[in-house]
Amino acid sequence: MKVIVTGVVGKIGQLVAARLRSAGHTVVGIDRRPWPDAPADLELHRVDVRKRAAEDVFRHHRPDALIHMATVTHLTARSEDRDRINLHGTRAVWEACHRHGVKRAVFVGRHTYYGASHDSALYHHEDDPPMAVTTFPELADLVAADLYAGSALWRYPDIDTAVLRVCYTLGPTRTGTLAGYLRGPRVPTVLGFDPLFQFLADEDAAEAIALALEKGLRGVFNVAGPEPVPLGLLVKLAGRTQVPVPEVLFRLLLGRFGLPRLPPGALNHVKYPVVIDAAAFRAATDFTPRLDVDATIASFRAAPRVEAPPSSR
Amino acid sequence: MTFLVDRAVEERIRRLEIPFDRHGVDPFGISRAHLARFYTMLGWLYRRYFDVAVTGIEHVPARGRAMLVGNHSGGVALDGAMVLASLFFAMEPPRLGHGMAEKFLNRVPFASLWTSRLGHLTGLPEHAISLLEAERLLMVFPEGARGTAKLYGDRNSLVDFGTGFVRLALQARAPIIPFAFVGGGEAIPTVVNLVRLGRMVGVPYIPLTPWLVPVPRRTSLEVYYDAPILLEGTGNEEDEVIAGHVERVKARIRGLIESGVRIRRGKREAVHA
Repeated sequence: MKVIVTGVVGKIGQLVAARLRSAGHTVVGIDRRPWPDAPADLELHRVDVRKRAAEDVFRHHRPDALIHMATVTHLTARSEDRDRINLHGTRAVWEACHRHGVKRAVFVGRHTYYGASHDSALYHHEDDPPMAVTTFPELADLVAADLYAGSALWRYPDIDTAVLRVCYTLGPTRTGTLAGYLRGPRVPTVLGFDPLFQFLADEDAAEAIALALEKGLRGVFNVAGPEPVPLGLLVKLAGRTQVPVPEVLFRLLLGRFGLPRLPPGALNHVKYPVVIDAAAFRAATDFTPRLDVDATIASFRAAPRVEAPPSSR
Repeated sequence: MTFLVDRAVEERIRRLEIPFDRHGVDPFGISRAHLARFYTMLGWLYRRYFDVAVTGIEHVPARGRAMLVGNHSGGVALDGAMVLASLFFAMEPPRLGHGMAEKFLNRVPFASLWTSRLGHLTGLPEHAISLLEAERLLMVFPEGARGTAKLYGDRNSLVDFGTGFVRLALQARAPIIPFAFVGGGEAIPTVVNLVRLGRMVGVPYIPLTPWLVPVPRRTSLEVYYDAPILLEGTGNEEDEVIAGHVERVKARIRGLIESGVRIRRGKREAVHA
C-alpha cells in the first residue's frame, strides 16, 4: 500500500513509518518539522496539513491509505495554532482522502479523551462519553478532533475510517506526556492518591497503528498494552523517587522548580485513572504487545538521556 | 512489606484466587501489599476487639461470581468491614469481597488510595458488572448512605432499598446471597447525624454517639448468611417486576435480622440470668 503519514517526524510517526516500510508499504510523509536523516526511500513533504500544498501531495501520490498523526497534544503549546491544527487539520485531511480516492484512514487519538474524574468508571469502553471536555477543558480540541474523525464514518462511508484512542506511550526516546512527567529524578504526585496508569511501549504503539491500517479497521477502538499499574509503582520501577505533595501545595508548585506549568485539569490526571478496555481492538487485530510493563519501563529507563529525538534507524 | 503485617494474613492472601501480576497488582488495581496491611488490622478488630459470630458462611460460593446483599448497621462502615473479614477469615480458601465505595470517598486523600488498592471501587453499575464478570464477590448495601445514617432506635430496621442491585444481578447472572449484620447499632449507637458539618468537610454526615466520636464500643457482632437466591431475567424488566424481586430479597434479610436479634436477646438474657 502507499500510505500518507501526517506527523511522521514525531517519535511514534517515525516508528510507524519504519514498521510500514519493513512490511513493504510505501510511505509518504507530511510534516512541518525537518527530518534530517530520514530514510532515502521515504518522501517527506514539509507542508502544513491544512494547506493546499498538503492536498497536492494526495493529488500527486494518490495514496491507498492515510495515517493521521499530525495533532498537537502537549499542553505547553496552548496557542490558537493547536486548535487549528487539531481540528481544521483533521477536517482537511479527511476531505483530501475523500477527494482523492483514499480507501483507508486511521486517526491516532489519545485515551485522555475520556478524561479523569473521581466518579468515572475504571475501564472506559469506546461508547463512553468524552468527560475530558468538562474535567480538562484544554483537551477539548483533541476530543473534538476525535469525534470529527469518527464522523467521517457517516460523512465519507466509502473510506474505512479507524479512530484509535491510544493510551500513554513510553520508550527509549523519552518523549510524550508520560515520559515528560517521569523525566526528573523526583516525580511529584498528589498525596493520598495513586491512580492506575496504562502505557504501551513506543514500538508496540507503532505496531498497533500499523495493524489498524493493515486490517482495514472501521470504527472507534481503544488501544492499550499491558495491564495498568498504580502510579507509585510505575515511579518506583522507573527508578525515580516519588514525592507525594499535598494537593494545595501541588497546585502552587506547578510552573515552578522545573515543574511544567499545567492547567488545573491536568491535576485530575495524576489523581484519578484514565484506563481503557482495549478488548475490541485486540479481537479485531490479534494485537499483542511485545513488551510487558517491566520491559516497557526498562526501555525507558535504560535509554541514554538525549535532547533531540533520534531517528528510528 | 513486613511492618504491621501478620504472617498468617499474608499466607491467606496468597491463597486468594485473584490474578495478581508480578508486582502483586491485579487488573482492578488491587494490591497484595495493601491487602496484607488492611487485613492484618481488620483481623485484630474481627478477632480481638469485637466478638464476631459468623453463621451460614457455607452459603457463600467458594469461587465464582456472587452478590452479597445485606443491611447497614452502625454509623460507619463497620458492617462492611466485618463482612469482608468474615469472607477472608472464615472461608477456606479465603475470598476477597469487593465493596462499592461511596462516590465522595474517591475525592478524599488516602481514602481514594486505599479504596482503590483494596478493591472497593466507586459504586457505579459499570464497576459492579465488571467485578461480577471477573467472577468476584460483590458486597452490596441497597440501603445506601440512608442505611448507615440509622439512629440507635432504628438499628434493627431496614430503610428503603435501591433497586439497581437486582438489575445488576440479573444482568450479570449472579446469585444473590442475603446476609444480615446484627449488633452494629450497639457498637456505634448514633444519637444524631451532623449533616451540615459533614458536608463542610466533604462527607455526607458525621454520626455522633453518646461518647461523641463514632469509635465503636467493644461488643459482640453477628453476621448471618443465607441460601443464595437465583433470580431469572435479563435486568431489563419493568419496574414492578424488579420491585417484586427487591421485596423478596428484602424479606429474606428482614427474616435474618429478626432471628438474629432474637438470638442476641436470648444470649444477653442467658448472661444476665
